[in-house]
Amino acid sequence: MKFAVLVFPGSNCDIDCYKAVEDTIGQKVDYVWHTATDLSGYDAILVPGGFSYGDYLRCGAIARFAPVMNAVREAAEAGKYVLGICNGFQILTEAGLLPGALRRNRNLKFICRQAPLEVVNNRTPFTNQYASGEVIRIPIAHGEGNYYCDEETLERLKANNQIVFRYANGDNPNGSVYDIAGICNEQGNVVGMMPHPERAVDQLLGSEDGKRMFTSILSAWRERHGAAVNG
Amino acid sequence: MKATVYVTIKQNVLDPQGTAVQGALHSMGFGEVGSVRIGKYMELELDTSDREEAQARVKEMCEKLLANTVIEDYRFELEG
Repeated sequence: MKFAVLVFPGSNCDIDCYKAVEDTIGQKVDYVWHTATDLSGYDAILVPGGFSYGDYLRCGAIARFAPVMNAVREAAEAGKYVLGICNGFQILTEAGLLPGALRRNRNLKFICRQAPLEVVNNRTPFTNQYASGEVIRIPIAHGEGNYYCDEETLERLKANNQIVFRYANGDNPNGSVYDIAGICNEQGNVVGMMPHPERAVDQLLGSEDGKRMFTSILSAWRERHGAAVNG
Repeated sequence: MKATVYVTIKQNVLDPQGTAVQGALHSMGFGEVGSVRIGKYMELELDTSDREEAQARVKEMCEKLLANTVIEDYRFELEG
């Protein structure tokens, strides 16, 4: 299986994502610069966190027009796995690949700490190694992670089981609608989340609960491509 | 021609910055302040003198990039 980690000017979690893929599942992974136009050689696309284009105008607003984003759209339409983390989530919403938008945190502060998350949907390619309702610990690090969508969209997210993670234990750090921390598209192959699973892949980092996101992706891919595939 | 674009958080969407500023104003004794909305102000120099064309083009710029219409409203003025 082959992963692409996109790199925009201002991305700063690209190395963490790359290392997480290497360390947790040992699959092939490349950095792909934002000017690339072809992602057809990859099975999964990671859109990392950071401050693409300095967060100018709005987080993700400029990155969504980068040449590589057309290829991301094609990959998403082809059913490949696309995971946007933090700034990557903001980029995917700006690009219209996921509904809603991310606002400034309710307390206007940049918040960097562990957050308890409830796994609401464990039937996505990204969460199949978790139990439904399981509470995991994944760090957050954002100033604009306050997820917003209108009532109608929220009802649709609930009805289609598109809410993947919610902040658990009444601990909503940023004021997001319905305590949402991560969502997926209708098909389930595109996920965006504010917390950083790539920063939770070893006990030395304070948690290894993020590991199973990567093992989930590999497991989903293997299931789709036949268990005999060695890759 | 010059376009002046204003972008603000929609009325029905909580504006955390506006809420904080409103609180500050209240604590300073400006009790008459109702809601506060914080927004962005942009000046665009346009290389055109065709007002109708500018109108359509700036609208497109707002819809595509300058505002995120999921959470923001925009309006603009044309001069010159």
